[in-house]
Amino acid sequence: MNPVIKLDAIHKTYHTGEVDVHAVRGVSLEVIPGEFVALMGASGSGKSTLMNMIGALDRSTDGHYWLDGIDVSTLDRDALADVRNEKIGFVFQGFNLLSRTSALENVEMPMQYNRHRIHSHEQRTRAQHSLELVGLGPRADHHPNQLSGGQQQRVAIARALVNKPSLLLADEPTGNLDSQTSIEIMGVFQKLNDQGITIIMVTHELDVARFTKRMVILRDGRIVTDELVPNRSFAEKELLRLREEQQAVKLAS
Amino acid sequence: MRILASIKIAGRALRRNKMRSLLTMLGVIIGVGAVIGSVSLTTGATKQVEDQVASLGENVITVFSGNFTSGGMRGGWGSAPTLTLDDAKAISQLPDVAAVSQEVRDREQILANGLNWNTQVMGESPDYPQILNRNMASGSMFTDQDVRSLAKSAIIGKTVVDQLFPNEDPLGQTIRIRNLPFQIIGVLAPKGFNLFGQDQDDIVVVPYSSHMHRITARTFLNDILVEASSDKTINKAQNEITDLLTVRHRSKDPDFTVRSQADLMDRVSASSRAMGFLLAGVAAVSLIVGGIGIMNIMLVSVTERTREIGIRMAVGARAADILVQFLIEAVTLSAIGGAIGIAGGMTFSWLIAYFKGWPTVTPTVWIVIAFVSSAIIGIISGFYPAWKASKLDPIDALRYE
Repeated sequence: MNPVIKLDAIHKTYHTGEVDVHAVRGVSLEVIPGEFVALMGASGSGKSTLMNMIGALDRSTDGHYWLDGIDVSTLDRDALADVRNEKIGFVFQGFNLLSRTSALENVEMPMQYNRHRIHSHEQRTRAQHSLELVGLGPRADHHPNQLSGGQQQRVAIARALVNKPSLLLADEPTGNLDSQTSIEIMGVFQKLNDQGITIIMVTHELDVARFTKRMVILRDGRIVTDELVPNRSFAEKELLRLREEQQAVKLAS
Repeated sequence: MRILASIKIAGRALRRNKMRSLLTMLGVIIGVGAVIGSVSLTTGATKQVEDQVASLGENVITVFSGNFTSGGMRGGWGSAPTLTLDDAKAISQLPDVAAVSQEVRDREQILANGLNWNTQVMGESPDYPQILNRNMASGSMFTDQDVRSLAKSAIIGKTVVDQLFPNEDPLGQTIRIRNLPFQIIGVLAPKGFNLFGQDQDDIVVVPYSSHMHRITARTFLNDILVEASSDKTINKAQNEITDLLTVRHRSKDPDFTVRSQADLMDRVSASSRAMGFLLAGVAAVSLIVGGIGIMNIMLVSVTERTREIGIRMAVGARAADILVQFLIEAVTLSAIGGAIGIAGGMTFSWLIAYFKGWPTVTPTVWIVIAFVSSAIIGIISGFYPAWKASKLDPIDALRYE
């Protein structure tokens, strides 16, 4: 199977002031379709820089990066924007929804920047379908400030999915959520992954990483661990256990 | 990205800050409104003056005889006995001349009906009403036959009618000029005062031949009224007359003066042009001020929405998409401001016309100029903020708090 992403000796050096900062020093990585990868590491490990490069928001200073067979490391700004639009769906820690704009319109936004014109009627249908996929169909006309954190993150996931990307990229998607909502969101990701969507997720929480299939740990800009997740967590079971625990606490008190 | 979608986004962004959008537009609204209002007023006033000039007769050229100097006393234009009937005849045969009236002027005490009145008695040709754009209120103008027969026929103006025939129909009545009886065969329709304050109705018009032989015994004309064949040939006709008379009079110092209505019109339009430049200057200044206001707010808006720009870029907006979005926002602001300003200025001039009775005209071309220039101001003042927004780095923009 052709890999969705293939990194070949990727380097990223920032020239700030007098010292060069080597954020990423020769990372090679392949992710094949259907994988669910957790990219882990402490702050300063280079995981965010790597994430930005995988997300076509930034370019490497050395090495090659193929996304869906396209050599992204040679593309210009506009071409990178098109790659982000068509190939990648972003989910951020802070949700990054447009305020005072309905959930549906938020989800429609990426389609407005599509190189091929999408009829506004089709935009509406696809956005609605995408919202239903994350279980928010009935709340399409709600504005972000009328939604809970978990619901906002679901809108963001729906937005990431709407252009049918090859890769879903999540940057600390549960960082702003409580533990139960985090598990629910991980459940959404697991469900999407079960449907065949490739997901790469940056996190520094081992609990969260356990929901994925493969763990890649970075330190000082290099991959130190790359292994399948042992004892994988499943959102449904975890939620059930959480409820039982809460029940037990109630009974005890 | 589709322009329509951009306009929608811009509209939403502007509605989000209604008060701010309105205040931003205010600069353009006031600028454009002031321009449209003052243009309407001055155009109305200029048009009124132009109408008055035109009412003196369109395409009229007046040939004055020279200055008559006698023993150091100079008589002024029209006093020298230099223009002859032959001159008039020669002028009437020029290609660009439509009509000619041989004019002789004199002030006379006239008597009628037991009353008397001092007025201007003019000797003219039958083309006189046509040349000066005058209509007959009643009766008719004398004819070429009357000119040939030195007829004692007269046309009188409204003022003379009022003074001599206050309660009667003057037609067919007799007035006495230097004791000679002249029959009134027509009354000129009133025209009021001209630009120079002269009462154009205080006149008696008789055939020039009658005037020259029966009243004043003159052999020279005071001046010759000429009508050019059209407003396009008026300058040509003027040159032809000058050349003709220079040859005929064989004079180095011209003993005549040729003036046309076009000269007067030129002066009027020169002053209205000066007014136009002044207005354009005011318009430019106020639009620049309005533009600075828009630029200011757009810069604030770009900073405020850095995160939004980051999100849009992350989901695939190109730099050009962001540029267009903010440009359209700026142009929408200024164009709406311009439209409101135009409506306001027109309402203002309409109110002035209604309550003060001043003539106001809003020229369509100025409406277009005002609208287009406010849109251009939007593009110019919106460009820098929009360019700044489009040059943002998506990673930095996403991190912006």
